[in-house]
Amino acid sequence: MATTAHSSRQAPAAGEAQAAIALHGVVKRFGSIVAVAGLDLEVPAGICFGLLGPNGAGKSTTMRMLTAQTLADEGTLRVLGYELPRQSKQSRLEMGVVPQLDNLDVELTCRQVLAVFARLYRVPRGEREAAVTRALELANLVPRAETIVKELSGGMRRRLLIARGLIHRPRLVLLDEPTVGLDPQVRQELWTLIDGLREEGVTVLMSTHYIEEAERLADTVAVMSKGQIIARGAPVELVRAHAGEQVLEVYGPPPHLAQVSALAAAEGWSSRRSGPAVAILRAETLNGKAPEGVLRPASLEDAFVALTGEDIE
Amino acid sequence: MSAQAQAPPARSGSRTVRRLEPAALFGVMSRDVAIFGRYWKATTFSSIVQPTIYLLAFGLGFGALQKHVGHWTYVQYVGTGVVATAVLFSSAFPGMFNTFIRWQFQRTYDAILAAPVDVEELVTAEVLWISLRAGVYCMAPLLVAIAFGLAPNVGMLLVPEIGFLTGFGFACFGVTIAAVAKTIDNFNYITSAVLTPLFLVAGTFFPVSSLPAGLRTLAQINPLYHCVQLVRDASLGDLGVADLGHAAVLVAFALLMWRLAIWRLGSRLID
Repeated sequence: MATTAHSSRQAPAAGEAQAAIALHGVVKRFGSIVAVAGLDLEVPAGICFGLLGPNGAGKSTTMRMLTAQTLADEGTLRVLGYELPRQSKQSRLEMGVVPQLDNLDVELTCRQVLAVFARLYRVPRGEREAAVTRALELANLVPRAETIVKELSGGMRRRLLIARGLIHRPRLVLLDEPTVGLDPQVRQELWTLIDGLREEGVTVLMSTHYIEEAERLADTVAVMSKGQIIARGAPVELVRAHAGEQVLEVYGPPPHLAQVSALAAAEGWSSRRSGPAVAILRAETLNGKAPEGVLRPASLEDAFVALTGEDIE
Repeated sequence: MSAQAQAPPARSGSRTVRRLEPAALFGVMSRDVAIFGRYWKATTFSSIVQPTIYLLAFGLGFGALQKHVGHWTYVQYVGTGVVATAVLFSSAFPGMFNTFIRWQFQRTYDAILAAPVDVEELVTAEVLWISLRAGVYCMAPLLVAIAFGLAPNVGMLLVPEIGFLTGFGFACFGVTIAAVAKTIDNFNYITSAVLTPLFLVAGTFFPVSSLPAGLRTLAQINPLYHCVQLVRDASLGDLGVADLGHAAVLVAFALLMWRLAIWRLGSRLID
């Protein structure tokens, strides 16, 4: 233990070859509830990694463990080469965190919020003003620099929250449900911003329950369910492996849909109710017995539902 | 969203972090200073008006019946007692309310602990700020008392330090209460059952010696009593060996409460 801890001090400089995040056998219980149940997770440096899962899958608990705000009961955690929780403060110096719940200082102005966190993240005195300006520009909040946070719109607050997490140019950014509750236009803006981070070489770990968000942004996606990773890969690979190439959607009155579901069960096809239709996965493998319907390409959502047995939203 | 995202990200890996880093303490306190910029007027107003009212009420009302307490005039007695009252209220209350609101309602502490700041630094910085403020603002009642006829004394220069030390202990006490309280309404129990007796059984408005024996003993373990004695002796040029004892009690109280506050709040902030 002591040797690994010692070698890790020099390790972060080695950089890209090493995983930005490495969790092994991590368990976290809250009383009788097991929130994280033997989690193994490796996030290579320099990619955008999407952690996908239904509510209650353990995503937020995992995120909090990465900043040592929740302590694991079992397992080993390394972030940027530092061993948690012992060296957590060191790793937090080099990472940025954007929480799911807005925890901005509502009484301060945008500039003050950023200035406080520039200090907390040890941005050297001479560079602080430039860092604040850069963050304001990044968040498109320059005209709002002197506005008090509680007077900002929801979208602006979220942008400020992200800018706050990037004030010190971190190597790793944790985004917990970055666009939850935002309108589509704001979401698009944030996606552009997050995508820009990856181009900079920053490692991004993003938890989300928006499939489209993971599909659009993540190089690699891991699906989390009941406190464990149940599948992992590039979005395209996951779709192919768990939902096939095409999905047949059959529409009709409820009795017809019930018939189709029964047929699918009898034939051993993977199917589910999807809004007003029955969706049959791997439509390309169906024999001549396929009912009449609409073919569409399989999506990550299909794979997700097939994996977790849960519908999203 | 903008063109800024092109410079290479910084690599801060060479810097190492330690315990109780000044950078973390100043960072947390810079937040308090920024917020203080919004409400200093209200704070200053109440810190002057409140002792004035106490001095008027007790000085004119009670002082008409009782001209002297021991070898002091009643203005000397109450004027210095009110300083301790100011310290108690300007440290225990912010300790309780600020902590609870920032932790539970605004979740500010969650944001700070995601940065390279640990619970020890967070609590220490918050409490340092409160006690610095208490040390400065406890001069207000003394100035009011001087206006009421208390003679200035060089020993009064020790009052801010005494206020700071006492305020540190009571601010930590407040943080501890906030950490164990289930709801903010629970503070009512502490205010009425703990703080009010502490503030009355401390020799602030009447001497402890006039109390029954049981309460006299209680006063001995009341840190505020020791604060009152120190403030009075310093302000009235009466410092003696006994005051070392009073100071020692205040230091012990501050240290004990400091560790207790970090321990209790830590166990709530980190799960």
